[in-house]
Amino acid sequence: MADMTLNQTAPRGLGLPRVNGRAVVMTLYLVFLLLPIYWLVNMSLKTNTEILNVFSLWPRNLTFANYAKILTDSSWYMGYVNSLIYVVMNTAISITVALPAAYAFSRYSFLGDKHLFFWLLTNRMAPPAVFALPFFQFYSSVGLFDTHIAVALAHCLFNVPLAVWILEGFMRGVPKEIDETAYIDGYSFGRFFIRIFTPLIASGIGVAAFFCFMFSWVELLLSRTLTSVNAKPIAATMTRTVSASGLDWGVLAAAGVLTIVPGALVIYFVRNYIAKGFALGRV
Amino acid sequence: MEKTVNQKAWFLVLPVLLLVAFSAVIPLMTVVNYSVQDTFGNNVFFWAGLEWFTEVLESDRMWAALGRQLVFSGIILAIELPLGIFVALNMPKKGFWASVCLVLMALPLLIPWNVVGTIWQIFGRVDIGLLGHTLDAFGIDYNYTQGFIAAWATVIVMDVWHWTSLVALLAYAGLQSIPDAYYQAAKIDQASRWKVFRYIELPKMQGVLMIAILLRFMDSFMIYTEPFVVTGGGPGNSTTFLSIDLVKMALGQFDLGPAAASRSCTSW
Repeated sequence: MADMTLNQTAPRGLGLPRVNGRAVVMTLYLVFLLLPIYWLVNMSLKTNTEILNVFSLWPRNLTFANYAKILTDSSWYMGYVNSLIYVVMNTAISITVALPAAYAFSRYSFLGDKHLFFWLLTNRMAPPAVFALPFFQFYSSVGLFDTHIAVALAHCLFNVPLAVWILEGFMRGVPKEIDETAYIDGYSFGRFFIRIFTPLIASGIGVAAFFCFMFSWVELLLSRTLTSVNAKPIAATMTRTVSASGLDWGVLAAAGVLTIVPGALVIYFVRNYIAKGFALGRV
Repeated sequence: MEKTVNQKAWFLVLPVLLLVAFSAVIPLMTVVNYSVQDTFGNNVFFWAGLEWFTEVLESDRMWAALGRQLVFSGIILAIELPLGIFVALNMPKKGFWASVCLVLMALPLLIPWNVVGTIWQIFGRVDIGLLGHTLDAFGIDYNYTQGFIAAWATVIVMDVWHWTSLVALLAYAGLQSIPDAYYQAAKIDQASRWKVFRYIELPKMQGVLMIAILLRFMDSFMIYTEPFVVTGGGPGNSTTFLSIDLVKMALGQFDLGPAAASRSCTSW
């Protein structure tokens, strides 16, 4: 790797960029990323006989039966609905509670603020595997087991600290003079926050929401532990159905492809903020 | 920015505190509680004191899982970090292709983790997977459910596939923030490409790279779903990382005490 970096002699951002070398590297990397996904899509469009008997790089008998099966069977498609419900709930909760907290961290210093901020972040490091069993007992005992809100609250464990972290970074970029001017103009805190401040950090809220969506969407262990029937996420439906009914590779692949779709849509909408968002507003 | 001292700011933080207390502290107390008790099922618990901690700290199994975990985290960091930086250096800076690269690179990050496992499970199979089939055609003996090396290689390549983009996107964000003047100055000084990287880009990326290392190290320590789907921790115990070991112990054998104790040890 290192010597390939060395070979690029053209300074970046000046003169003629070495389009070729870069294009080759990016193409290779993107092919590496997309090949397994392509294979999944390829399999989802084949019949099971073709998957098991013929090794083909593209579907010979194109079939949409696998997708049709998922989209017509409510035990399958309800999995997507359940996942989306708790993901959206979680994103809404996380952003709502994180906004005032991030404001406090970015504007005021108060007793124990640094410790508190660090303690929040340590929760982001806590492995879900530790919490699976206690969560199960805890939510069962308060009667929330197998509800969407239980999963949404459980996912707050890692999403709230992250949202506070990202939003604090964005809020620090807004000059304090804006707050002071607004107070002099007679705005109350609530009105100032909603009417003036929130629009200013809209992109930060978008990025934070994207991250909450992402981590809640991909998490499986907690959402599987906390649900049984009514709120079962799609990811769990996949593992269970497949292990129960033998190896229906085509349907498994189609279900996998459909789990990628919501993520891909979300990325498309936030693509211009992605780079900044991944730096958590700290660049 | 100068911050005002204002103790009332606690009220703004209160909702977060309550929520995290509800979703983290109370369950965590349960973990600690388990770690000092014994159970034979039926929710009957006995006080066991620090017995489990002693047992866990003396058990080979826990240390072996921790060792595998450290080797795994070390290897993936050693691959993902340089590769991510390298990819970020080669990304288009703006325009249509930059968007295309961003969207495609972010794609693996948004795939549910068990689907990531499924993708690689299928991809690596000798009978129906492209990778397994190709390697087999070259005469390489590749079977991730039986071969020790094949299993490790699959899990590592899968993690690289899954997470290198995160490092690359972070590094890219860092690179984007370097003003053009720096490069112009370097050009006047006739700095070589390597020097530009070493003395301009790398220092400027330091902050985001720290985030990348921390995130990857923490997340690789929690890795559970993907290797579990692909190898199930096998062959033998060779890809049983900490979280997998823990879940096996807690759910499979109902040894809540030792499971909680070993987790309490690794968390703090």
